[in-house]
Amino acid sequence: MIAFNRYYNKFNILSISLVTISLFFLIFKGLNFGIDFKGGTLIELRSNESKINTSSLRDSLNQMNLGDVSVKNFGNETDFLIKFENNDNKNVIEEIKVKLDKSFGNNFNFRRVENVGPKVSAELLKSGIIAISVALLLMLFYIWIRFEWQFSLGAILALFHDVIVTLGLFSLLGLEINLSIIAAVLTIVGYSMNDTVVIFDRVRENLKKYSDIKIFELTNISINETLSRTLITSITTLLALLSIFFFGGEILKGFSLAMIFGVVFGTYSSIYIANTILVRLNVTQRTILKEDN
Amino acid sequence: MLYFTKLRIIFICLISLFFILLTFSNLFNFNNELFKKKINLGLDLQGGSYLLLEIDNSPVIEQKLQNLTITIKNYFKEKNIRIKNINLTDQKLSFSVDEQFKQIILDEFTDENSTLNPYYQRFKSHQLDIIEKNNLFNVSYSKQGIIELKTSSQDQALEIVRRRIDEIGTNEPNILKRGNDRILVELPGLDDPMRIKSLLGKTANLTFRFVTNSSEDSFGSEKLKYENSSEEAMVSKRIILSGDNLLDSQPRMNNETNETVVSFTLDRTGAKRFGKATSTGIGKQLAIVLDGKIISAPVIRDTIASGSGQISGGFTFQSATDLALLLRSGALPAPLNIIEERTVGPDLGQDSINAGIIALMIGFSLVILFIFIKYKVFGLITNVALIINLFILIGVLTLFEATLTLPGIAGIILTVGMAVDANVLIFERIKEELRNEKNNLIAFDSGYTKSRTAILDANITTLLAAIILFFMGSGPIKGFSLTLGVGIFTTLFSVYFIARLLTVLYISKNKEKEGLI
Repeated sequence: MIAFNRYYNKFNILSISLVTISLFFLIFKGLNFGIDFKGGTLIELRSNESKINTSSLRDSLNQMNLGDVSVKNFGNETDFLIKFENNDNKNVIEEIKVKLDKSFGNNFNFRRVENVGPKVSAELLKSGIIAISVALLLMLFYIWIRFEWQFSLGAILALFHDVIVTLGLFSLLGLEINLSIIAAVLTIVGYSMNDTVVIFDRVRENLKKYSDIKIFELTNISINETLSRTLITSITTLLALLSIFFFGGEILKGFSLAMIFGVVFGTYSSIYIANTILVRLNVTQRTILKEDN
Repeated sequence: MLYFTKLRIIFICLISLFFILLTFSNLFNFNNELFKKKINLGLDLQGGSYLLLEIDNSPVIEQKLQNLTITIKNYFKEKNIRIKNINLTDQKLSFSVDEQFKQIILDEFTDENSTLNPYYQRFKSHQLDIIEKNNLFNVSYSKQGIIELKTSSQDQALEIVRRRIDEIGTNEPNILKRGNDRILVELPGLDDPMRIKSLLGKTANLTFRFVTNSSEDSFGSEKLKYENSSEEAMVSKRIILSGDNLLDSQPRMNNETNETVVSFTLDRTGAKRFGKATSTGIGKQLAIVLDGKIISAPVIRDTIASGSGQISGGFTFQSATDLALLLRSGALPAPLNIIEERTVGPDLGQDSINAGIIALMIGFSLVILFIFIKYKVFGLITNVALIINLFILIGVLTLFEATLTLPGIAGIILTVGMAVDANVLIFERIKEELRNEKNNLIAFDSGYTKSRTAILDANITTLLAAIILFFMGSGPIKGFSLTLGVGIFTTLFSVYFIARLLTVLYISKNKEKEGLI
């Protein structure tokens, strides 16, 4: 049996610092919102001329008065991602085509064009925030009817931890937040909850079974009993996610990366946040028996 | 938990077989109504264009309030009340009357049977709001009035958008209402929406009006620019003909001038009016105005009684074709703005499909290998269930002809990763039970029973997340929540019926064997 409970305090301090640092980054550095949430235009280009590179593309586009243009390689040397902020010119894409043809010859394939107006991006951001809030509320409600309040508090704190730290990491690394990241965050919420609930289920079962074991020990027993399941499920989920990350194409990279972070944090928080809350609130057999009577 | 009746076994096999066949109907063409179904590919996988259009209703509101000024003036004139200081700004109509008439005005506007309130009978609500302040009345559209106006202009715009897109002839366009002032257009297979965008961006409001050079025109006149030059001309506000009177229009080659023109045919009223105008107005210039710009203003030389004519204006063949198309399909009730556009080229779509399939196969193989190494025989059972699970999942999506997107494929891969969770929970529980229980059958039975609540909890939490995503998300993200959500049900089926059936068959032959798992 691994003595997880020996490190409860240390990891609690770690979690509190991680959340604090994440909040610090989220407040002061902010998130790198993509065009879904900020509005603007995105163009994915493939060139069939190897001499074309990001700086020559940037030079050519800068002559067009598009404002702040970002040009990056996308996946490989001949694929480019061009982004710029909202522009009132309705024919801007056609004009870019003409301009690039003039500068580089007809060497481009416009693989993807996305244009999100300011109104739509504001709505998408709003509905994304609502979706995550509703998900957290629903989880709270579910766990509240399934378990006692001490358990609910533990599970919800674990969820907040996972969401905040994942977003904090995205802020730190400057990774782009787009619609698929919202999907990833919601799935993380589901996954983290799932992991926590399985351990809590066992804690409750053990609380009924042993009246003389203190919660400090009892959580450790429950974590160990469910440990192999926790690990195996995390591993198979990570195997699936890693194969999406490495082979699923550029578009799914951000999504799978957020999920990978989330699964790791979710597994960690089920053990080191959810359970420690039970210990700190001194849950006993009476806590769960009260409700059964 | 360990007993299966023969009937149940047959049932499980039939269901599995049915969905496996459905999965294969995506690859082969079965000659059967049910197995003809195929999964739809989302725009991000097959390539295509997604356009969200917003109707700008403010000109419609301004126009209607403008018309209302005349109605109000005439209405109260009959009652000998003079309306003063009429002013229309900011979608609000303001006016004043002499002190003693104030109450009458308010009464008339709120009277449910007054002809000023034709809406009341139908909607049980006032179309207009009136507020009096400092002897100044402010009339504006009420909430209900705005909603009614928006829905009706959305209905009309949808019809016109559909006609314009049908005229171009793209395959299977999807045109839907969104809210009460938006229209969603999905155009599969279209990789350059430039032409459609420019066609949808035009209101195509066509009018024929005389050019006047004096301000004595009793209808009023306005200064309009020419389409192709910076020249301007004074044009009467009196409309002789509008696009509504057009029956047909086609691009033509004018043999005499060797110029591309747009020919048109008028309906009966139109033809009559056109004939009258051209007979009384010989020598005058007739301006052809499209969306507030003059295309051309030819001098009338002859009476045109045939009800057909030509518009020239330095068209290329393409622009003449587009104008003819716009005129045939009719004018939009209000301008449309494209507020969101997402276009994916077909080769990126194919690349995404390939990448998705490779990621699925690799992820699937890794999970299967890992589970086999970890659980041996029971790993094999889990893997068989997992494979059937994948087939059933794709089969269900096929049955409902659901739309598969790239995030949808990610959802399938994630389902594969998470699907083993339930079996792992069961097997780990059985292992624990076997420590205190020598009888394999009892240990397996209680393993299944005791793990049930944890499995249900785990799946319900994921399902909740998927449901929220389905209702809040758009396009591709919806595809993700769909595969994730359906995956939960197919996983539960495969775990509790297929994997359990195989487990039962195996242990009933190895009842006495020790260290089974």
